[in-house]
Amino acid sequence: MTTAAPKIEDLINREYEAGFYTDIEADTIPHGLNDDIVRLISQKKDEPEFMLAWRLKAFRHWQTMREPHWQNVHYPPIDYQDITYYSAPKSRAGAPKSLDEVDPQLLETYEKLGIPMRERELLAGVAVDAVFDSVSVATTFKAKLGEMGIIFCSFSEAVKEHPELVQRYLGSVVPYSDNYFAALNSAVFSDGSFCYIPPGVRCPMELSTYFRINAAKTGQFERTLIIADAGSSVSYLEGCTAPMRDENQLHAAVVELVAHRDAQIKYSTVQNWYPGDKDGKGGIYNFVTKRGICLEENAKISWTQVETGSAITWKYPSCILKGDRSVGEFYSVALTNHMQQADTGTKMIHIGKDTKSTILSKAISAGRGQNSYRGLVKVMKSASGARNYTQCDSLLIGDRCGAHTFPYMEVRNASARVEHEATTSKISEDQLFYCMQRGLSAEDAVSMIVSGFCKQVFKELPMEFAVEAQKLLGVSLEGSVG
Amino acid sequence: MSGDVILQIENLHAQVGTTAILRGIDLIVRRGEVHAIMGPNGSGKSTLCNVLAGRDGYTVTAGRVLYDGQDLLAMAPEERARAGVFLAFQYPVEIPGVGNTYFLRTALNAVRKHRGLEPIDAMDFLTLVKAKMQSVDMDPKFLNRSVNEGFSGGEKKRNEILQMAVLEPTLAILDETDSGLDIDALRVVADGVNALRNDRHAVVAITHYQRLLNYLVPDVVHVLAGGRIVKSGDKQLASELEAVGYAPFEAAAGA
Repeated sequence: MTTAAPKIEDLINREYEAGFYTDIEADTIPHGLNDDIVRLISQKKDEPEFMLAWRLKAFRHWQTMREPHWQNVHYPPIDYQDITYYSAPKSRAGAPKSLDEVDPQLLETYEKLGIPMRERELLAGVAVDAVFDSVSVATTFKAKLGEMGIIFCSFSEAVKEHPELVQRYLGSVVPYSDNYFAALNSAVFSDGSFCYIPPGVRCPMELSTYFRINAAKTGQFERTLIIADAGSSVSYLEGCTAPMRDENQLHAAVVELVAHRDAQIKYSTVQNWYPGDKDGKGGIYNFVTKRGICLEENAKISWTQVETGSAITWKYPSCILKGDRSVGEFYSVALTNHMQQADTGTKMIHIGKDTKSTILSKAISAGRGQNSYRGLVKVMKSASGARNYTQCDSLLIGDRCGAHTFPYMEVRNASARVEHEATTSKISEDQLFYCMQRGLSAEDAVSMIVSGFCKQVFKELPMEFAVEAQKLLGVSLEGSVG
Repeated sequence: MSGDVILQIENLHAQVGTTAILRGIDLIVRRGEVHAIMGPNGSGKSTLCNVLAGRDGYTVTAGRVLYDGQDLLAMAPEERARAGVFLAFQYPVEIPGVGNTYFLRTALNAVRKHRGLEPIDAMDFLTLVKAKMQSVDMDPKFLNRSVNEGFSGGEKKRNEILQMAVLEPTLAILDETDSGLDIDALRVVADGVNALRNDRHAVVAITHYQRLLNYLVPDVVHVLAGGRIVKSGDKQLASELEAVGYAPFEAAAGA
């Protein structure tokens, strides 16, 4: 055990690469949370009355709730009065109208992150709505998409320009009363992305949002709402990073997806929030509510996520399969290293007839990371002929990490078929030695074995994301073999 | 047809934990030679293979090993592999999700890089590997499967021989590759070794049974007992072993 072990350690110990901080003048409100702060946020964003009313309702409901602690993660109590709920990059003259008006330093930050923002990215087929701290700074290719009737803009803009759509769908999938963090988000969310695909339109490019938390002690509460009208389809990519900081930052986002008849939404996430250092100091608390509804028949929602960052991840992208023959999918790779904790999984709620869901979860634990899969498959009485297939695989690297599986099943219709398979395996010294005896370095061997483990999920990702995910996994695993 | 010395083992002592397993091995292998090392269970056969390949968990307490004039024991396992030392495993491992073709091409390119060659492109590789598969009588469908995943015992061993055929190692070490194989598979192993029989390569085949040597005619046969080579001879020695068994040699080794 002398040759391979230290290498595996080195691999695990690689540093966070997106951990730079950009010094930009920001418009930040006092920390703390009360009615006035909620009003102030709404006012700063120049929102219509219905939004403020909704926020206040959410805030009052939140005050009656208690932070949940049923998940398998541990962290010191969060002081919600010590968080700043709004931080916007201060621009010189109102909102930027094009990229040229965006603070060059901001653009540089995006450059460093490798976010495609400029025209040349059009060739790559990516339109980006970048959320920097809390305000959407620039949305590309909007005009191009506009010609097809596709609305892709920041949430604030949608509130102003398409209030009827926002009012109709906001909170329709994740009500403000849904859970503690969703209520908090509903009260204070600062911005996010909005997307509407009109009937029969196939969105011609991958839509992409890049989130990045910059300012210290800032919570990021963004809200995403995607609506695919009848017969339309869209593929949406979300990527996340944050600078390295000693204190923990809270990220409590809400994503709502609505798929009408015959519509398809594919939502892919590569999450690389700062995970904290190897002793567990700092890092993002990622408490996110993501849910989609297949509202009418033959709709399909597919979640694919690659989670390598955050100190704590707590999220369950879910599908409500209401329309008959609608389809829900969840493909996940979650990696925890060092002191990271992840409690993630999905919920598939079968309501319509002959609805189908597939869950494929791959959890990788290294260092002292703790990884839990938690999934609910619920088949309602109405859902005759419903089918679910669940597969949860865990891979352990080293002997100080943990993998846990918590599958829940509630089946109320006898014609339903629900299958669950689970495996746990370890990268063994034997596998490593075998690869090395064929000339591979320990690093390459680990990354090859892990990629093999994740292959079924990676093939669900859009091409450019799959490449990024694979790289990220390599980085996050550095020093993990031992 | 013997050429320069490729492997020189001098007074090699090695232990696992605190148990001494190898107790003074001396062996010289030249390019172009096929050596068979035979011995009873527990004589140190697998330990010798693992020490030569650089597996963790073995401590060399005395002696040295020169490979092509270099200090083999100072090299990392992957460096040994790239320099042309190949171990056919007694128990090949499964690597789920990693394609057999991809694995083999990565391995070949690691070796090629070491030799200062360009990486082989996917098409050329496919042509090469298909030809080699034919020589080991393996169905091309195995290319699309994950490394050894769900392979039978015999298929795993064939896969080892396929890897050997593709990588064309300077020194191939077979760790009881013949164990548990039927006659057809034995012939495949023997053919794989015979294909490497020329003045550049050398093979050390470690085996418990004499029957592999019906297909594979070694230049030298060694008897390993009690962690030492107690007798060396030509292929007649193998027949002798078959007749008298290992007991007299174990007694001689004081094991």
